[in-house]
Amino acid sequence: MTMSATGLHWFLSPLCALLLAPLLPGLINRTKALVAGRRGPPLLQPYRDALKSLRRGAVYGAATSPLFRLGPVVNLAALAASLLVLPFAGIGAPVGFAGDLIVLAGLLALGRFATMLAALDTGSSFEGMGASREAHFAALAEPALLLALATLVRVTGAVSLTPIYAAIGIATWAHTLPTLALVALTFVVLELVENSRIPVDDPNTHLELTMIHEVMVLDHSGPDLAFIQYAAALKLWVLGALFVGLVVPLHGGSLWLDGAAALLGMAGLAVGIGMVEAAMARYRLVHVPQFIVGAATLSAVAFIVYLA
Amino acid sequence: MDVFLVALALLWVGGGIAAVLRARPDAAQIAGQAGAVAGSAVGLAAAIGVLVSGRGETLVAFWPMPGGELNLAIDALSAFFLLPVFGLSLLTGLYGRSYLAGRGNAAAAASWFHLNTLTVAMALVIVAANGLLLLLAWEVMALSSFFLVIADDRQASVRHAAWTYLVAAHLGTSFLLVLFVLLGSAAGTGDFSGYIGVLRGNPALSSAIFLLALIGFGSKAGIVPAHVWLPEAHPVAPSHASALMSGAMIKVGIYGIVRILTMMDAPPAWWGWVLIAAGASSGVLGVLFALAQHDLKRLLAYHSVENIGIILLGIGIGVLGLAHGMTTLAVIGFAAGLLHVLNHSIFKGLLFLGAGAVQHAAHTLELEELGGLLKRMKWTGTCFLIGAAAIVGLPPLNGFVSEFLLFYSGFLGIAGASATVAAAGLIAVVAMGLISGLAAACFAKAFGVVFLGTARSHEAEAAHEVAPPMLAAMAVLALLCVAIGAAAPVVVRSLGVVVAQATGLAAPQVRAALAPVAGGLGNATAIFAVLALAAALLWLVRARRLAIAGAARGPVWGCGFQHPTARMQYTASSFAQPLTTQFRLFIGSRERLVPPAGYFPETASYASDTGDPFLRLLFAPGFRWFSRVVAPLHVLQRGHIHVYVLYLAATLVGLLIWGSLWQ
Repeated sequence: MTMSATGLHWFLSPLCALLLAPLLPGLINRTKALVAGRRGPPLLQPYRDALKSLRRGAVYGAATSPLFRLGPVVNLAALAASLLVLPFAGIGAPVGFAGDLIVLAGLLALGRFATMLAALDTGSSFEGMGASREAHFAALAEPALLLALATLVRVTGAVSLTPIYAAIGIATWAHTLPTLALVALTFVVLELVENSRIPVDDPNTHLELTMIHEVMVLDHSGPDLAFIQYAAALKLWVLGALFVGLVVPLHGGSLWLDGAAALLGMAGLAVGIGMVEAAMARYRLVHVPQFIVGAATLSAVAFIVYLA
Repeated sequence: MDVFLVALALLWVGGGIAAVLRARPDAAQIAGQAGAVAGSAVGLAAAIGVLVSGRGETLVAFWPMPGGELNLAIDALSAFFLLPVFGLSLLTGLYGRSYLAGRGNAAAAASWFHLNTLTVAMALVIVAANGLLLLLAWEVMALSSFFLVIADDRQASVRHAAWTYLVAAHLGTSFLLVLFVLLGSAAGTGDFSGYIGVLRGNPALSSAIFLLALIGFGSKAGIVPAHVWLPEAHPVAPSHASALMSGAMIKVGIYGIVRILTMMDAPPAWWGWVLIAAGASSGVLGVLFALAQHDLKRLLAYHSVENIGIILLGIGIGVLGLAHGMTTLAVIGFAAGLLHVLNHSIFKGLLFLGAGAVQHAAHTLELEELGGLLKRMKWTGTCFLIGAAAIVGLPPLNGFVSEFLLFYSGFLGIAGASATVAAAGLIAVVAMGLISGLAAACFAKAFGVVFLGTARSHEAEAAHEVAPPMLAAMAVLALLCVAIGAAAPVVVRSLGVVVAQATGLAAPQVRAALAPVAGGLGNATAIFAVLALAAALLWLVRARRLAIAGAARGPVWGCGFQHPTARMQYTASSFAQPLTTQFRLFIGSRERLVPPAGYFPETASYASDTGDPFLRLLFAPGFRWFSRVVAPLHVLQRGHIHVYVLYLAATLVGLLIWGSLWQ
């Protein structure tokens, strides 16, 4: 196995993710509340929620099979595994190899597929509806993600995440500003779509007919729900890291400074998402596909701009 | 070669005995199955022998036909394509007897003859090194599969489907006829070595032959728009025959294209573009049409179109790499396409056998009538789930390995120096991304509606697990999906000899190009091992917590509604509706919606029906026009045998006169 030349620090990137990911939803909710003039839940609330769910018993729908119980487990395991190829800040990924970006996309798809099947296993029409919407938006988001990554591959000439992000520095931005800016925008849209945030989906809604992700997991409870909540935080982190690695391209060589900059970037992203959520209403469902296809088009334009 | 011939003999003798004994269906079934299993096992051994030893085998013998000798050759490429043929034939043979049991009629017995003949014919197409022999075997392959499709000939729909298939097959063959006549007259022989002689250094002839091969062989493979026979023929054929046709026979079409490519010089770039365009359109349209289907086997048939698209994308990138002298790109593109040939035969065979088990148990393939089968058919359901996850390309299964190679080749093209290759790579990556996202949606729908939730009909409620031989056949294929995923680096490295044959590159060069990607896949499998470990750990945590806190059963959330019924579940139509609506421009579904009306609505319904737009808008009008044009020829059709004999004699005399005049 090729360790990506970061010596003893290879475990830092996954460790940061595993420990700090639940802070992201906490920050988002806090920002949203502050902007709305409320005080909001404490920053550590997501940790408490997950721990509370973990301690509770579970209720399973009459129609469910073991697949329903397996869904959250596979989803969380897939997201945790994806941390192994995810570079963060100047710290490379624990495992970097040619084609690791394909593995990242594959793991995200695996987690999603497991969640959709678990939802369909309940036999509830609401969860079927959620799975259908998730399948629809994911089918459009996947080409968008690949387009964005393909543009970065073209810009850096590398086919592995760690070298790609290591190659993007201030100088790269200076040369290819329009291209990288468009890719960064695509990543922002993907962060919102894949994590079911406003304006795509409202994680705080309580109307089943309008939900996407939350309606898929309505019937999960106890430890299963804890896994789902934690996995949702990890997914925010994974897609957020792709964005932050691009827009905070600092590789000063000092692990601590780079790490601090990247962590600040992640916090900034969470605050930004909170502001968006406070300021925007969600789109009507029929407009969401246009939003995603628009994001994909941005990256396509970025690619063509760079090619030309 | 002797082993290979023994295999063919066993298959044919078994099938022949079955045909002779058709008055005693049980004995006939035993003979047919024994021939299929034994012959395929021997054939598999022969193919593996060639692949392992790396030494090809040839047989040249006299035969009383014009245009060269009877010429058979098994090289690495042939041996590789023999794997799905004999492998699936073995497993469908194992499966078929239980599947046909209870039908007990002469047709079931005769179907063994056709099944075994189909295997023999496919094997002969793959090892033929002579154009005439290939064409003859090709025709036997078309006819035997036609008889398999028309097995249930009392239903008008079956006859119509079989007729569509027969016409499509012969339309394709007509292009091959032109191809081999053109080659044969240029080379003066039917032997492949002669073809190579005239094709090398003749780009114009090569291009013409390439296009003829793409259309002729491609129509068997199911490239859009020549795919229209697949969704007609597969749903009506017996399921194990569908598995063999979809898993192996359509790959014989791919073999033809690759074999023709090996006879030529380095290809020009536009061939690569043609292949990429055909692959991307087949892939995306195939999965879009599949999404709109609600007959399980029709859905699977459209997924074959999609996967043929993926295979062509890989080969297209490979050809583009050869044209631009980018060796690594060429090797990985071909490796992606060829490995997907093997992978698709495994998971599509598995899925068709699974669909057959569903049909056997629940007596329907209509998705809206099924549901909850995972609880009644645990093993079938588990195997089908593995097949579904594999075809979607999810890690850590075999589908992911070939899609990894394809994505990788796309990204390599993007990272490379050439802007046109980068554009092609981008098209491949985006098409593949869209295909895998849509395929995930489609198989979430198919598996979810058939196996999850609760039964939507009494038949589904009364379903039972199928017989052990059927389960065994599915289990072997499911294990292969897992094994190829787990052994990905080894599998990719061992593809080297086949890729070298297909690309004409030197073996060390191919090995050097494959080594890094095999290494990458090694890392990927290590990550998947971590994933499996993490999942096991989480499962333990969960079980431990629940042992303390307790787990209960209860109704699902129904928005306050307490007694949900099976009819309230999301249906296949409603699951796919957002996507079919978004892509209605391409799919052209007809939707019938009766919206709820008034304050106390009584009835409301939604149904969608998706025919094939290519059939409706292209082929049907074309054939109507054609039959109008040829209608006057009905004058010749007298219905008396002696008149037809007269035609034969007149033609012969005419030919004799013509021949003597020109000498």
